[in-house]
Amino acid sequence: MRVTVTLIAAVLALSACNMPNDTPVASGPVTDPYTTGAGGVAVYRGDVNLAGNRLPGADTVAAGADFAAAGATVYFAEAQATLSEEARATLSRQAAWLAQNAGFTATVEGHADEPGTREFNLALGARRATSVQEYLVAKGVEAARIRTVSFGKERPASICASEASCLGRNRRAVTIVAPPAAGV
Amino acid sequence: MMRRAALALLAAGLVGPLPALAQDAPLRIEITEGVVRPMPVTLRFEDAGGAGDLMTDITAIIADDLQGTGLFEMAEPEAAPVSRFDRTVDYIGWKAAGTEALITGQVTVDDDTVMLRFRLFDVFAGQPLGDGMQFVSPREGWRRAAHKVADQIYARITGETPYFDSRIAFIGESGSATERVKRVGVMDYDGAGVKWLTSKDDLVLSPRFSPDGQTVLYTSFASGVPQIMSLDVETVTSTALTRDPRAMSFAPRFSPDGKWIAFSRESGGNTDIWIMEVANPSFAKPITLGPAIDTAPSWSPDGRHIVFESDRSGSSQLYTMRADGSEPTRISFGDGGGGYGEPAWSPRGDRIAFTRHTKEGSAIGVMRPDGSGEDLLSEGGRDSGPSWAPNGRVLIFTRLNPEDEVSHLHSVDITGRNMRPVALNDAASDPAWGPLLP
Repeated sequence: MRVTVTLIAAVLALSACNMPNDTPVASGPVTDPYTTGAGGVAVYRGDVNLAGNRLPGADTVAAGADFAAAGATVYFAEAQATLSEEARATLSRQAAWLAQNAGFTATVEGHADEPGTREFNLALGARRATSVQEYLVAKGVEAARIRTVSFGKERPASICASEASCLGRNRRAVTIVAPPAAGV
Repeated sequence: MMRRAALALLAAGLVGPLPALAQDAPLRIEITEGVVRPMPVTLRFEDAGGAGDLMTDITAIIADDLQGTGLFEMAEPEAAPVSRFDRTVDYIGWKAAGTEALITGQVTVDDDTVMLRFRLFDVFAGQPLGDGMQFVSPREGWRRAAHKVADQIYARITGETPYFDSRIAFIGESGSATERVKRVGVMDYDGAGVKWLTSKDDLVLSPRFSPDGQTVLYTSFASGVPQIMSLDVETVTSTALTRDPRAMSFAPRFSPDGKWIAFSRESGGNTDIWIMEVANPSFAKPITLGPAIDTAPSWSPDGRHIVFESDRSGSSQLYTMRADGSEPTRISFGDGGGGYGEPAWSPRGDRIAFTRHTKEGSAIGVMRPDGSGEDLLSEGGRDSGPSWAPNGRVLIFTRLNPEDEVSHLHSVDITGRNMRPVALNDAASDPAWGPLLP
């Protein structure tokens, strides 16, 4: 325990050089580094790796497990790109998996549901994919290992007519991992 | 591609003994008011040599073009007088038969060419409406020659510029809704003569014609990231205009002078509207800023303004701005929880067509460029993506059938009348109407 505390202090000293080494680490409630900006944009407001910004949800995945064990897909609310608690838990596991499998690269595919125009949904899918990418990076995955693409509403997971309960399955971001040889 | 049909226009030689065109001819249809009763017109074409079955096909196209507007009906009165192309017209007899406009014509076909001649008569006024004309085209261009005749008739009677001899780019769809296969196609405005311009290998979206009809812009996933492609319709070769693998580029639209392309570019999750010069596409610059999604730009016909779709207010709405990005102004305000998108500025400048989303589905509509006079042209369905006919009087759009999740193209007059499917066997979406052909 004592060792861990020292390590955190050392990291803090590196990341904030103007801070005296003996600055106490403040403890407080869990804060969500994401807020919803204008137009439903997920705006990142903090560094999840700083103490005090710990996120809820399990963030471990068994060593040697398939990526599927972490959960490849996260879901979004209508017209939104913000990450739910459940989505963040899934992404924490994805980040842990990517940390364990350092050679792998990831592609995040953003998708939208049927309502809305084709071109708006393409942009919305990009927002969602980027939201996922930013979260994974915040969780320690190197940015260069993750690329994003949006399919808008071109590749729905389910054919929904306009049933609200079904449409939710199409508002998603899917992370696909590739072994080192495949490249990004 | 179909070889460009060289249509020779030889009006002068046909005027002959006919009286000169009367001023202020009473034979007139005002389209904006909507037409309750179509005008009865009669076609009388003769085989002047070698036409055979082609004569029936040609007159069928002329009849379909005219009837398809909802403004005309083909009258075949029982007690019709005999009319010959080179004889005087029995106006009294035709008037008694109930025909208001008479079109006489001749079709001459040899091994290489088709020649179409016609005269249009205003039966009530008892005089010709305009000069006789003839069109000569290569034999395989007979459909275009027929559309040209119908265009002349439409233009003379309505006073509008015509649109029958034009083509439409679209996305042909096949496969299931979750793995849809899409490719860019072009067809005549009436659904004939479909040509596929891209393969089924790559996902492609939203084709857009250049003002001269020679280039089609579209968005392709071929590189893995959506990028804008420029396709030469004549040679069927595509060139990438955007290449940055870290930025999606999509929703391209030519400026009316064909020199600029407005498009959406996404970087870091944020989508803005950019413009690039056609002659130098590597120099592109943003004209909107901020974290909102700005997409689907469409130019006003004078090139000075752009209408676009943005969620900067929290939901998708329509905005206009000057072409340099200044003075953004919101123009859509409808309530009901839905949004607006896919604006298309009319080539006449007087209307903006759009897709309106509601809880139930989507409809297409039109409004004035200041947002007033909103008018929905469809209801209760899943309609989207309107595109204007070159004369700004008719819209073509995508209608998705919710039962089988298959899309087909429909057209509608801007009065909301005359909703009809486009005769195209393939499932299709994202139509883009090209210019009237020369």
